[in-house]
Amino acid sequence: MTAASAPVIEFRGVGLTYPGPPPVAALRPCELTIERGEFVAVVGPSGSGKSTFLNIAGLLDGPTSGTYLLDGIDTGALRDADRTALRGRRIGFVFQSFHLLPQRSAVENVTLAMVYNGAPRRDRVPLARRALERVGLGHRIDALPTRLSGGERQRVAIARALVARPSLLLCDEPTGNLDTANAESVLALLEELHADGMTVLVITHDPLVAARAERTVAIRDGVLSDGPEMPETPNTPETPSSEAVA
Amino acid sequence: MKGAIGARSLIRARTPRAAAEHRIPPSVFGWRDVLSESLAGMLQRPARSALTALGTVLGVGTFVAILGLTATASAQIDTRFNALSATEVSIEDVAHEQDEFAGLAFPADADARIGRLHGVEHAGVYWPVRLDPDTPVRSSPVGDGSTGTQSGIDVVAASPGVFAAAGTRLAEGRVYDAYASDQAAPVAVIGAGVAERLGITTLETHPAIFIGSRPFTVTGIVSATDRKADLLLSVVVPRTTAERIWGAPESGGAKMLVSTRLGAATQIAHEAATALRPDHPAYFKVVPPPDPRALRTGVGDDLSRLFLLLAAICLVIGAVGIANTTLVAVLERTGEIGLRRALGARGRHITVQFLAESAALGTLGGLVGTSLGVLTVVTVAAIRDWTPVIHPATAATAPAIGLLTGLLAGLYPAWRAARVEPAEALRR
Repeated sequence: MTAASAPVIEFRGVGLTYPGPPPVAALRPCELTIERGEFVAVVGPSGSGKSTFLNIAGLLDGPTSGTYLLDGIDTGALRDADRTALRGRRIGFVFQSFHLLPQRSAVENVTLAMVYNGAPRRDRVPLARRALERVGLGHRIDALPTRLSGGERQRVAIARALVARPSLLLCDEPTGNLDTANAESVLALLEELHADGMTVLVITHDPLVAARAERTVAIRDGVLSDGPEMPETPNTPETPSSEAVA
Repeated sequence: MKGAIGARSLIRARTPRAAAEHRIPPSVFGWRDVLSESLAGMLQRPARSALTALGTVLGVGTFVAILGLTATASAQIDTRFNALSATEVSIEDVAHEQDEFAGLAFPADADARIGRLHGVEHAGVYWPVRLDPDTPVRSSPVGDGSTGTQSGIDVVAASPGVFAAAGTRLAEGRVYDAYASDQAAPVAVIGAGVAERLGITTLETHPAIFIGSRPFTVTGIVSATDRKADLLLSVVVPRTTAERIWGAPESGGAKMLVSTRLGAATQIAHEAATALRPDHPAYFKVVPPPDPRALRTGVGDDLSRLFLLLAAICLVIGAVGIANTTLVAVLERTGEIGLRRALGARGRHITVQFLAESAALGTLGGLVGTSLGVLTVVTVAAIRDWTPVIHPATAATAPAIGLLTGLLAGLYPAWRAARVEPAEALRR
């Protein structure tokens, strides 16, 4: 692996401006460093530039200014194909809407993550099985997503994100489609993964979710403010703030 | 958005070196994964796949059935057709076309000359004798019209070989022989129809008939023939007799009937003119038996061409069906496309996947269509008691046609799928 000491994410003046007219600064140039093993929440209301941040961090879109280093690799200098490969190998995505293929069983959904990174076919099912066991779904590996609860579906998605052993677990509103109980189980799982050393980046509008992270980064109107302070929130978090601020 | 990407590409110098430095293994999409993903895409929506493939099934099925049925019919040998038509060669005297002063082109020993050719069974020269309209054929030298005076009876001059070549069977008596023919004897063989009209019921009384005022002894009554059924309604006299009395036939009237062994006809047709007149082979027009296969193909051609056109139309409809469904699937599966891109799939991997899916659908349709087509051919052949014949190339290319249809149909949807922006697709 590349320089174990390098931060997982390093933004150096990264910004994205859609050329006009009029030009829109979706993300103003910002600095951000996320070290290996951190659990960071990027929190902000809708329209604040969260999606832009997610797309840049997830290599789905490139910044118009600055340099983005992922695992110490300058992603801006890469060809499209290499950026795609890097995305597939180093980033595990978890989406609000799960994005599970409805006709495929849990284990098949997880093996999908190994199709494009060249994992030998015979290894895939055992690895997927292990990943599902890791997220506590060892007993439901053959279930179709339609037969799973929302929380279970998200855990399948997390297993899929984990199975390729990424450097970063990038979660976009992971509890957005879940009820409180299911959201809690998913958040507990993320904390557990973090405790095992996984780097977790959660993008959310929900301060309750953000409160579970050890570090919070606020984003508002395209301005990323790295700092321990919580952004203004419409309602005070119910969880003790001591947990939120590490 | 597009503008932003364009601007970025201008800003960025794309150096592959960065990738090499960090050894990022490229994304792959192995052929076994292509296969399993495309099969999964097809099998996980069985009802839709079946309906989508229907057009291809019909197109390929029609294609196979038409070609198979045509081949089966062509290969089918009609025994009756062979036994008679395929062993018959007819030679016409066309000497007058070459030389207007040429007389009868057939030499006197024409029967023997042709008989020497291998494969010839029987041969004989004949021509219709032109009589004055007021020359009656009667069963008594004088008459008032009530005693068997008949007009409209044809008189045919024929060498003895004609009877054998035509396969005549006699009700009574015998045909005149070579001796009678050589002597130009006044004898006649009459058809059963003529005998009835002239009131001749038996040869016991050695009846004679009169052509004009000339008497002819009736030696036989023809009851049936395999060829030249007009003999049944004719009075047949030896060609020598006819030549002596009425002279050579008018130009172009004489013909020769040759019966051959099975399979020899074409060869004999080739040799006959030279055998008859080595000096003037061009005096004859030889008509070989029609090739039964060519005959059938000719008849079947127009119809099968029409059906093949229908098959092609079915294939086009099938392709449009696949294209439509695949395009809908691409729109429907935008999220999946985004997910695959997020998991490391490149645009071309997405293209390959959708192309493979539509090709798999096309191949499935082609296989089912081929099976149905073959089944149709076998069923029709079984009902008609024929031997089913399907050219191996037909059965082999038919699924390939389905595959090609699927591939063509998938081109546009697959191209669209590859252009889906992953960030956009994942937002859904």
